[in-house]
Amino acid sequence: MCGIIKRFPGVLANDCVDFAVHQGEVHALLGENGAGKSTLMKVLYGLYRPDDGEILLNGEPVQITSPTDAIRFGIGMIHQHFMLVPSLTVAENVALGLPSSRGVITDLDRVSKRITELGKTYGLQVDPRARVWQLSVGQQQRVEIIKALYRGAELLILDEPTAVLTPQEVAEFFQILRQMVKEGHSVIFISHKLQEVLDISDRVTVLRDGAVVGSRLKGTMTKAELARMMVGRDVGFQRNRAPVTPGEVRLSLHDVWARSDRGTDALQGVSLEVRAGEILGLAGVSGNGQRELAQVINGLRPVARGHVQLEGKDTTGVSPVELIAQGLAYIPEERMRDGMIRDFSVAENLILREHATAPFARRGFLDFKAIARVAAGHIVDFNVKTPSQETLAKNLSGGNIQKVILARELSREPRVIVAAQPTRGLDIGATIYVHERLLDERSRSLREEKRHGAAILLISEDLDEILALSDRIAVIYEGRIMDIVPSEEATPERLGLLMAGVTKEV
Amino acid sequence: MIESLFTAQVLLGILTSGIRLATPYLYAGIGETFGQRSGVLNLGVEGQMLLGAFAAFYAVRQTGNLWLGLLAAILVGGLMGLAMAFVSVTLRAKQGISGIGFFLFGLGMSDLLFQTLLGTVQTVSGFRPLAIPLLSRIPVLGPVFFNQSFLVYAAYLLVPIANYVMNHTTLGLKIRAVGENPEAADSLGVSVSRVRYFTVTLGGVFSGLAGASLSIALLNVFQQGMTSGLGFIAVALVYFGGWRVWGVLAGSLLFSMVNALQLWVQVLGLPIPSEFAVMMPYVLTIVALVVAVQRVRPPTALTKPFVREG
Ligand SMILES: Nc1ncnc2c1ncn2[C@@H]1O[C@H](COP(=O)(O)OP(=O)(O)OP(=O)(O)O)[C@@H](O)[C@H]1O
Ligand SMILES: [Mg+2]
Repeated sequence: MCGIIKRFPGVLANDCVDFAVHQGEVHALLGENGAGKSTLMKVLYGLYRPDDGEILLNGEPVQITSPTDAIRFGIGMIHQHFMLVPSLTVAENVALGLPSSRGVITDLDRVSKRITELGKTYGLQVDPRARVWQLSVGQQQRVEIIKALYRGAELLILDEPTAVLTPQEVAEFFQILRQMVKEGHSVIFISHKLQEVLDISDRVTVLRDGAVVGSRLKGTMTKAELARMMVGRDVGFQRNRAPVTPGEVRLSLHDVWARSDRGTDALQGVSLEVRAGEILGLAGVSGNGQRELAQVINGLRPVARGHVQLEGKDTTGVSPVELIAQGLAYIPEERMRDGMIRDFSVAENLILREHATAPFARRGFLDFKAIARVAAGHIVDFNVKTPSQETLAKNLSGGNIQKVILARELSREPRVIVAAQPTRGLDIGATIYVHERLLDERSRSLREEKRHGAAILLISEDLDEILALSDRIAVIYEGRIMDIVPSEEATPERLGLLMAGVTKEV
Repeated sequence: MIESLFTAQVLLGILTSGIRLATPYLYAGIGETFGQRSGVLNLGVEGQMLLGAFAAFYAVRQTGNLWLGLLAAILVGGLMGLAMAFVSVTLRAKQGISGIGFFLFGLGMSDLLFQTLLGTVQTVSGFRPLAIPLLSRIPVLGPVFFNQSFLVYAAYLLVPIANYVMNHTTLGLKIRAVGENPEAADSLGVSVSRVRYFTVTLGGVFSGLAGASLSIALLNVFQQGMTSGLGFIAVALVYFGGWRVWGVLAGSLLFSMVNALQLWVQVLGLPIPSEFAVMMPYVLTIVALVVAVQRVRPPTALTKPFVREG
């Protein structure tokens, strides 16, 4: 790609970018949230038309004006936000747009068989007949990967594919990538996790504010250097967790059972307690009940059996509105779907939770001055990259969308926070910021009064994050809490075993 | 008095006319299902039906050839569908409003054509009942089911075919995907606008046929506004049927049976005010919609124009 320029109203997303991928290499694309990585890849995939520049394939200039062109040229893309049709089955999603061996009639049986084969070869198990909306995020990601593999892409664009995978899954996934590279495929790999980038890539290109900062070959780069290239300054990797004596129990679950969308028992007698000034990390492989647990606490899913208590009051079956009023904050996992309104502006999304109360509303009328003032504050605090407050949320980069949600949820001094994958897709700078904010919330009021900080339930598949932040760590497996261990006693190995459902050390 | 409704003869009569009267609902409802499953709400069905009815009637009147009548309805309906597709897909107009526009256009245009070309209410000899050998001899039920006109059989034949196309063909898969997540379909190289042009035009063709089934098969006349809200009911039936072809069939039968009952109530001179009887299908529409809409979720992208950003 040569001299690619792409403008959006108010932003120069790609500023004359040169980018080259060699056959059989893994080329990582790094950059802060909003640096223009996804935009560049969408240009390559024919989703965006560049304002200038050209694309060369094997030395020949090519016109890629639509995904059809891209697919024809052997380019496959896995998007940062899933491009799946939730109401269709896995097999239907894969078969969509492909010619069928039976002419106009779909050949889903054959497609299913192929999916199972691919799943076996690459360790990407999914049920081809399952409907996509019933799948966990991690499983949906697998479907996306299968979709691209199924189309036999030569060049695979992966926009933050590992953000939703567990460490084990990432290892398996890299196995797949290496296999593909061996067969002559090329891969463009976007990630915010520097260690992964170092592990897998043959070459790294860093973008900042839409322009290329530099390229490095394997073996000539270090984490710290890459981070500096991305952010423009040195960044620390250590988290500072001040000792806090936990206070009273703020959130507790007693023998909670709940059903998944598919009607299976997603939660099977979960009991937990989270105290004020404490972060309880919930580790586990995606799809083991984390999603249902978060929904149950937030009143978004009925409890089949058992009780949820917020500050000693039974809140089983209480509506989300009342829970918010009681000081519960929720950072949902599926932020595009559950966390925001895509067609609302950034400012509107920032005040969504409190839109009906002062200072944002007076006697039912919105006070736009107050909204603008508060929104501006949040945008600065959380370093949200947006052309303006009025920009529609859907036009933000993936990481900046997450920042909007975080700003909204954390800014009202909640008493209990449920954070599901709060840093998924965030760049290093933002991740550090979120971690610091969560730690701040934990010890918040201690400084000012004798009250305790928030009780935080941190649901994450990122073990490093869990280990860095949590006071205690619970491991969930198939809807049951396997064990709860103090973080001093936790090691990645021990947690890994628990996450795989092994209780006794062998 | 009311018992006279429940004699075998009357019940069979209701059944027979119910099955006949479901025909226009089926055509229009199935056509609309395709459009809505792909994400386009066409509220102009009624207008398309009126023009289709007129075109078919006029062609038959002029040539005496029923097949030419059908062809005329297909062409006019298809053209109206194409225009709706242009407005809603290419121009990305608000679908609700533009649909109403097409309804008004069809209403006015068919009236104008009627005034200038026909002037008075006339009749044609339309499709005759076609007894199917053997089957129509089945005692009692034979004549009910197997002594109908061609357009009636075709409508029922359309049900399994449409269902098959929707659920078992690559085209159907594209239609469903485009209506749920056009971005995803687009990213796999499925042309969202082409799919929607197809479904909306097809919907127009079926609406035209629905109109023709009235003017050259069931009633054999053309009158101003003769569809009397039937096209709107067909749109409602799609919701009622949960965007499924079989659901539309169930809804069509329910409505046509109520309609038939209502006609018989009038014929028998039962002591129910005829205004009330005539109201029944419409009241039922509202009740059915309220009940049905809470049951299933419409296609996610319904009424949302698709633009690829950037
Ligand atoms: N459709 C759009 N309309 C307007 N602005 C856009 C659009 N898409 C992206 N942008 C802007 O372009 C810039 C680059 O966005 P892009 O999505 O490429 O970032 P990114 O590098 O992928 O970031 P992240 O790591 O957060 O995903 C951002 O400032 C974003 O707000
Ligand atoms: Mg991105």
